[in-house]
Amino acid sequence: MMALHQQQAVSEPTGGLMPSGPTYHRQVEARQRRGRIWAIIFQAALVSGVIALCALIFNIVNQSFGYVAIVNNIDPAELAVDGTPLNALPKEQLVEILEANVSAGLMRRYAHDVPFAERSREDIHGLILERVVEPQVQATWGLFDSVFARGSVMAEAEERFPGSDVYFRSWLTTSFISNSQSSEPLRAGVRTAILGSLWVVAITILFSFPIGVGAAIYLEEYAHRERPLNRLIQTNINNLAGVPSIIYGMLGLAIFVRVLEAFTSGAFLGVGDQSTANGRTIISAGMTLGLLILPLIIINGQEAIRAVPSSLRQAGFGLGATHWQVIWHHVLPSAMPGILTGTILAISRAIGETAPLVVVGASTFIALDPSGPFSKFTVLPIQIYQWTSRPQDEFRNLAAAAILVLLILLLTLNASAVLLRNQFNRRQANA
Amino acid sequence: MDRLNRELESTLCLLLPDGEQGVNMTQSAPVAHAAVSAESMQGPVAGVDGQADADAVGGGPKHDLRRKPRVGESFIQGFLFLCGAVSVLTTVGIVIVLGRETLLFFASEEVNLLKFFGGTEWQPAIGRFGIWPLVTATLMASLIAMAVALPVGLCIAIYLSEYAAQRTRSILKPILEVLAGVPTVVYGYFALTFMTPLLRGMLGRDLVEIYNTASAGIVIGILVIPLVSSMSDDALTAVPNSLRQASYGLGATRLETALRIVLPAALSGVAAAFIVAISRAIGETMIVAIAAGAGPNFTFSPFRAAETMTGHIVRISGGDLSYDSIDYNSIFAIGLLLFLLTLSLNILSQWIVRRFREEYE
Repeated sequence: MMALHQQQAVSEPTGGLMPSGPTYHRQVEARQRRGRIWAIIFQAALVSGVIALCALIFNIVNQSFGYVAIVNNIDPAELAVDGTPLNALPKEQLVEILEANVSAGLMRRYAHDVPFAERSREDIHGLILERVVEPQVQATWGLFDSVFARGSVMAEAEERFPGSDVYFRSWLTTSFISNSQSSEPLRAGVRTAILGSLWVVAITILFSFPIGVGAAIYLEEYAHRERPLNRLIQTNINNLAGVPSIIYGMLGLAIFVRVLEAFTSGAFLGVGDQSTANGRTIISAGMTLGLLILPLIIINGQEAIRAVPSSLRQAGFGLGATHWQVIWHHVLPSAMPGILTGTILAISRAIGETAPLVVVGASTFIALDPSGPFSKFTVLPIQIYQWTSRPQDEFRNLAAAAILVLLILLLTLNASAVLLRNQFNRRQANA
Repeated sequence: MDRLNRELESTLCLLLPDGEQGVNMTQSAPVAHAAVSAESMQGPVAGVDGQADADAVGGGPKHDLRRKPRVGESFIQGFLFLCGAVSVLTTVGIVIVLGRETLLFFASEEVNLLKFFGGTEWQPAIGRFGIWPLVTATLMASLIAMAVALPVGLCIAIYLSEYAAQRTRSILKPILEVLAGVPTVVYGYFALTFMTPLLRGMLGRDLVEIYNTASAGIVIGILVIPLVSSMSDDALTAVPNSLRQASYGLGATRLETALRIVLPAALSGVAAAFIVAISRAIGETMIVAIAAGAGPNFTFSPFRAAETMTGHIVRISGGDLSYDSIDYNSIFAIGLLLFLLTLSLNILSQWIVRRFREEYE
């Protein structure tokens, strides 16, 4: 259609070499108008992408803070002794209060876990809050409503939950990070999950970094491109990078959890806990994620090694260094910033990965800190997934707070990747 | 000088690489007997003759400078090769594991290929194993995702490569990369707590169920936008500037240049980006596991709950799963289908890039 118009415009020249005339000018205007409209459309697409990111962040922050309505089983004010409020009482009186309000069996169990004489005052205070006061979350509101519609939130709380305590709560607190998992949303924390994530990622790095860099060196420095075996390895790595992560989870389930159970449960060392001796351990998870990020590390490593100028190698060879000496003393040090940056990005992928670990068998609920590579585990994304899957609002708030922790962790990691790269670049510039 | 000699001797393997072998020195057997004297560095280069020795050239102390077999070097090379082989073993492992369990699955009496590919009901509890409910849900979520991601991603790529100033570009690209670096479980949360209420608010609570493929699909679309835009952007910026300038010189507007000159020239790269995005959307797991619903449902309505292949695998394996049960084997059969689907899409995209790439250099 357009081409036809242009032909008409050219076919009716009104003199001179350049086309002109009213039709021509109209068409130029139309073309330019179309150009402006589409420029706006392109910009709108970009803006919508940025809006999506903003909505994502807004949604998470919104859910992490806000008003909560809480109803206590027993008002803490009633537990006050002689006018002294509960949180100012000495330890002995707190134990008495606890004894008076919970069953003898439960008291015995607590004493059996840790004798009361050895417990701290805060610990007993916590037990009283948990067992005697028993705060129950009735409803939660988002940050946006809490700030801009404070009045209606209060009115709604008053109407629907008379007698409830309504206060502003930040779900992301220091105790949220230091508490272990709990079925009580007000006391639940992500400590176990963070420790689990760190353990798993440590195993992942130990497993995939040496192998990944080794494979990258082999492919770039030793392998003949034309040999079918090396071409197979290269094609294979490119294809592995596109395999859905859940497939790696199934591989991990079948190989690490099932076939190598004796190894991954720690039974061969005799260190495995009986309850964990089914192979669903930190080491299985770490190795599964290691396989998952291996192609990423190899591809990044190859690019970094390829970027090392070959004059450096030739100079090394010229001085009589062996092949490995050239690689170890010259190629690797100059490629290291690139390799490390790629590795850190791959690790942040591993930290955010959820699906393969669900398949490998992350524990749904553990309150004990992981004790080593052969213990059961949960990781931050799994914790987020479980809290998100629960229908109650308060667990959604917990999930949002955990997401903030995860995003901050990832942001720190990525920032350190950038810093590391700059540091290396500066040192090389000085050298 | 003597010390230098010794050092050189100990590190010297070969001075002159064989021309055709390039830097690949440890494998250059033909020049293995090259002998080089340290003194020769001051004078003419010593012969590469196997018989030549240090005395003949410089008259210094006698050194045997022939190439030594270096066990350490070969050992290192062998180790590095094994590192590369791990990736092949991974693929082999995936194929064996998925294949073996799939064979066991089809070996049981309750299921055969016909029922698997012909059935429209997936109810393991009553022995119905028809894959279609899972496949339709997967395709529906992926289609919705593509309907969001392809136009938006392509528009962003065109804007970034053809319109944006260098400064704008340097700000916007990192923002999009942040979007790509957010873990998928976070997107799942976003789908459930933001997109679903939004859809229900706009279209009515009766029409849209709490769990639905539409919101999962839209959010998968948002997830793959950075992938589409950055891959397409790479393809578009790789088109040489002379093409653009020629087009402007003929009087084309910026839009005409972008759509009729640059885009067709980069079409193979853009198509590859699309296909990789589809493959990514099909394999996406956490978003659908959280937002699309639990329980296979043979439906074509995007506003109803349905379970995708990946969502089903996660739900089944999240529970207590006993080995060698039909449930356990069935998820591997689904996994194999998923693997073959994504693998063929990835291979297709690589083929398109190779086959249709326009070379301008």
